[in-house]
Amino acid sequence: MADTRTIEIEVLRYNPEKGGEPHFQSFQVPFSDDTSVLQGLQYIKDHLDGSLTFRWSCRMAICGSCGKMVNGVPELSCHKFLREYYPGKVRIEPLNHFPVLRDLVIDQTDFFEKKLPSIKPYVVPKEEKPVSAGTYVQTPQQFHKYYQYSQCINCLLCYAACPQYGLKPDFTGPAALALLHRYNADSRDRGWEERAELLNAEEGVWGCTLVGYCSEVCPKHVDPAHAINQNKVNSTMDYFGVRKLLMPKGGG
Amino acid sequence: MQSIQTDVVVVGGGGAGLRAAIAVAESDPRLRVALVSKVVPMRSHTVAAEGGSAGVIRADDSLDHHFDDTVGGGDWLCDQDVVEYFVAHCAEEMTQLEHWGCPWSRKDDGQVNVRFFGGMKVQRTWFAADKTGFHMLHTLFQTSHKYPSIKRYDEFFCADLIVEDGRVQGVVAIDIASGEFYLFECKAAIICTGGAGRVYGQNTNAGIVTGDGMGIAFRHGVPLRDMEFVQYHPTALPGTGVLITEGCRGEGGILTNKDGYRYLQDYGLGPPDPWPRPKAMELGPRDRLSQAFWHEEQKGRTVATALGQAVWLDLRHLGAAKIHERLPLITEVAKTFVGVDPVVSPIPVRPAVHYTMGGIPCNAHTETPLKGLYAAGECSSVGIHGANRLGSNSLAEIVVFGKVAGARAAQYSKSAPAGRPGAFRKQAEAVESRLLGLLGRDKGERLATIRDEMHETMETGVGIFRKADGMQATCAKLARLRDRYRTGLKLDDRNRAFNTEWLSAIELGFTLEIAEAIAVSALNRKESRGAHTRLDEFKERDDASYLKHTLAYRTGDGPPRLEYSPVTITKSAPKTRVYGGEGKKVELT
Repeated sequence: MADTRTIEIEVLRYNPEKGGEPHFQSFQVPFSDDTSVLQGLQYIKDHLDGSLTFRWSCRMAICGSCGKMVNGVPELSCHKFLREYYPGKVRIEPLNHFPVLRDLVIDQTDFFEKKLPSIKPYVVPKEEKPVSAGTYVQTPQQFHKYYQYSQCINCLLCYAACPQYGLKPDFTGPAALALLHRYNADSRDRGWEERAELLNAEEGVWGCTLVGYCSEVCPKHVDPAHAINQNKVNSTMDYFGVRKLLMPKGGG
Repeated sequence: MQSIQTDVVVVGGGGAGLRAAIAVAESDPRLRVALVSKVVPMRSHTVAAEGGSAGVIRADDSLDHHFDDTVGGGDWLCDQDVVEYFVAHCAEEMTQLEHWGCPWSRKDDGQVNVRFFGGMKVQRTWFAADKTGFHMLHTLFQTSHKYPSIKRYDEFFCADLIVEDGRVQGVVAIDIASGEFYLFECKAAIICTGGAGRVYGQNTNAGIVTGDGMGIAFRHGVPLRDMEFVQYHPTALPGTGVLITEGCRGEGGILTNKDGYRYLQDYGLGPPDPWPRPKAMELGPRDRLSQAFWHEEQKGRTVATALGQAVWLDLRHLGAAKIHERLPLITEVAKTFVGVDPVVSPIPVRPAVHYTMGGIPCNAHTETPLKGLYAAGECSSVGIHGANRLGSNSLAEIVVFGKVAGARAAQYSKSAPAGRPGAFRKQAEAVESRLLGLLGRDKGERLATIRDEMHETMETGVGIFRKADGMQATCAKLARLRDRYRTGLKLDDRNRAFNTEWLSAIELGFTLEIAEAIAVSALNRKESRGAHTRLDEFKERDDASYLKHTLAYRTGDGPPRLEYSPVTITKSAPKTRVYGGEGKKVELT
C-alpha cells in the first residue's frame, strides 16, 4: 500500500455466546484512496481480530450482503470508501431495526421467511403458457412500468431507514411492497387480486407514512416510496370498486 | 445433532441449484427437496454475471453455429455429444425464464433482443441490460416460492457427504447462525456450488467462490477433471478484479494500449476494420485477449495505474444513451471503483481470473462417477467448455443442466432403496468432531497468511502463461502450504455461532486441494490448448498426445494422481483455431 494514512474504525461488537453487552471496539486501519469500508473490515479480520463478524460477498454492490450502518446511515459497505470519512473516524453498526445475531450480522429471517413470500413474488399468469409457445411480447411502455422495481437487490437498507418498520415490525415494508408492485405492474402477470388483500391491509401500503427515507438510501434507485404511494391510489380505487374498470391489467 | 429426512438435497442456491430444485418440484411435487446454501440464494455469485446468456433465436443463426463457436472456442476439448444437447436446449430455458418474469432487454417491437459476445458468429446472447445474472437469479429465487416442496436452508454450510454402500445417502451441514451440525438423510444430492476462482488473488469472483462442492466430491474419490483450464477474463478492474462485462465489447467497445492503438490486431485477431465484426479483434475469445494483454505488458505498451498495469476499454463512441441503456451497471461500477465515467473517459481494465472450466466430471445427465451424486453449473465439468469457455455459455449452462440434474435426481430418488433412518449418525459425528478440531488449536499461523501465499503462487506459477519450472515451484509450494494448513492454523474465534473465520478455514482446506489439482494437472499437460498456454517447449497443441481430459484423483496428503480419459468427438474434427481475417478465410474454404 503506497498510502500510509490510517483511519480509526469503531465497530459494534456483540457475542451472544459470551453473554456480554454490545460494545464498541476501535481499530486503526491503513487505507488508500480506493479502500472501501468493507475492505477496512476485511483488513481487521485478516490481520487484527479474526473474530470480527460481518457478511459480504460480491464486493461490487449487486449481491446485497454487506449492508451496515456507517456513521448512522444505512450503506452497502463495499460501495463506500474510507477516504470519504477521513480524517474523522468511521463507526460501523449492524443495520437498524433488525435483531442482531453477532457483531454486524443481523437476523434477516423476517424479510426472507415472512415479508417476501407474503407478496407472492412471482408471475401469476392468466393461464399456463407452454415454453413451445415462445416468449411474450412486451412493448417498451409495458416494460418500463415494472423494470425499475425489478432492480431491488434485497439489501434491506430501506428497512433500516424506515421508521415505520422500526415501530411496527408487521409493516410489510419498502422492498417487499416495491416487489409486489413490480409483479402487479408486469403485463405478463394477473396476480393482482391474489395480492390485493395484503396490499390494502394496514400492514400493506397504508402502513407507510410517506417519510421517503427508504428511497433516499436505496443503492439501486428502486424508489420504493414511489411504488408504495402509487399503490395507495390503486388501493383507494379498489376500495371504491373502480380499479378493475380503469386498469384491467393491474398497472399503476 | 439434528436429522432431517428428505429425498433430494441441492447444495448451493445459485442459478443451477435453484433451477435444479424447481425441476425436482416440477417432476414430482411429493418429493421433498432441501435447498442447502451457505448464503441466502440470491446472494449467490450468479448475481454478478453481467453480459448475458446464449440461446439461438435469430433467423441467421443456427444450432450448428452455436455448436461450432463452442467447440472451436473450447479448442476441441469439449464433449461434442453434450454440446449438441446443450445448444439445442438453451433457447427454451431462456424462454422459460421469460415466462417466469425475467426482464430480458427487448427491441422496440417488444420481442427479446440479443447481442454479440466474444467468439460468436451471430448475435446470440440474451441480456437484461448488463445485470443478466442478477435478473436470472432473482427470477429463479422468487419463482422458487411457488413450490411448497422446496424447503430452504439458508446460511447452512455444507461440510461433507455421507457415502455408504457406494452411494450418497446424506449431507452434513452447519447451521451458520448457531454453529450446530445437521444431518440431511437423502437419496440423492446435487452439487451446485459454483467455481473456485478464489484460489487466485486477482479475480472477478465473490468471496464465496471457494470450490466447496468440488473439494467435498474430491475427498470422496470423485476425480476433478480438466482443472488446468482456468479462464482469465480480459476486462476486469485493476486492483479489485471487479468484472467489466464482455457485453461492452459486444456493444462495440474497443481496447487500446497506452498509445491509443488497437493492439489486438498484432495477435492474430485483426485486421481492425471493418468493425465491429464477429470473432475478430475485441470480439475474439477470452483466452486470446488475455494473452494479448500479457504480451503488451511485456512490450511496455500498457498503462501504469495506481493499481497496476492496464489497457483502455473505450466506450465513448457508443454515446451516453446507449451506454446508460445497455451498460448501466458497469457505468456505476466504473464511477464508484475507479472514478471514471465511461461516457467521457475510457475505463482501465486488465485480465483477472474469472471461471474454472474444469470441475466434477459428469455426463449429459449430470450423473457423476459417485452413485446418487449429481453436479451442475460451474462446479461441474459436463463437457461443454473444453479448454476455454465461450462467453455467455455459463449462464445458459446453469439452467439447461440445472434442470437436467433436478429431473434426473428426482427420477433416481424414486427408485433408490430407502435408507435406514439414523444409520449414519456416527459418520456425521465424525465429520463434526473433525471440523470442530479446527477451533481448538492453540498455536499456529493466521489463515490470511496461508491464503495470501496460495494466491501469490497460483498467480505466478499457473497464470495466463505457464512454464515447467514455474509450475513445479507452485506444486512444491502448495504441498508445503497444505502441510502448514494441516498442522498449524490458529483461529482467533473459538465460538460456534456465526463463526465466519471457522468457515473460511474449512473453505481454505478445499481451495488448497483444488489449487494443487490445478497446478499438478497443468504441469502434466505438455502442450498448449485454450487457457492452458505454455511458454516452454510445449507451445503448440498436441492432439496426438493430449486430445483428452485430465482426471485428478485425491491421494490423501500427497499430490493428486492423474489419469486421462477420451474426449467425445461427434461431428467436428479438430482444426486450427483461428479468428479475425484468418478465421474468415478458413470459413470460406
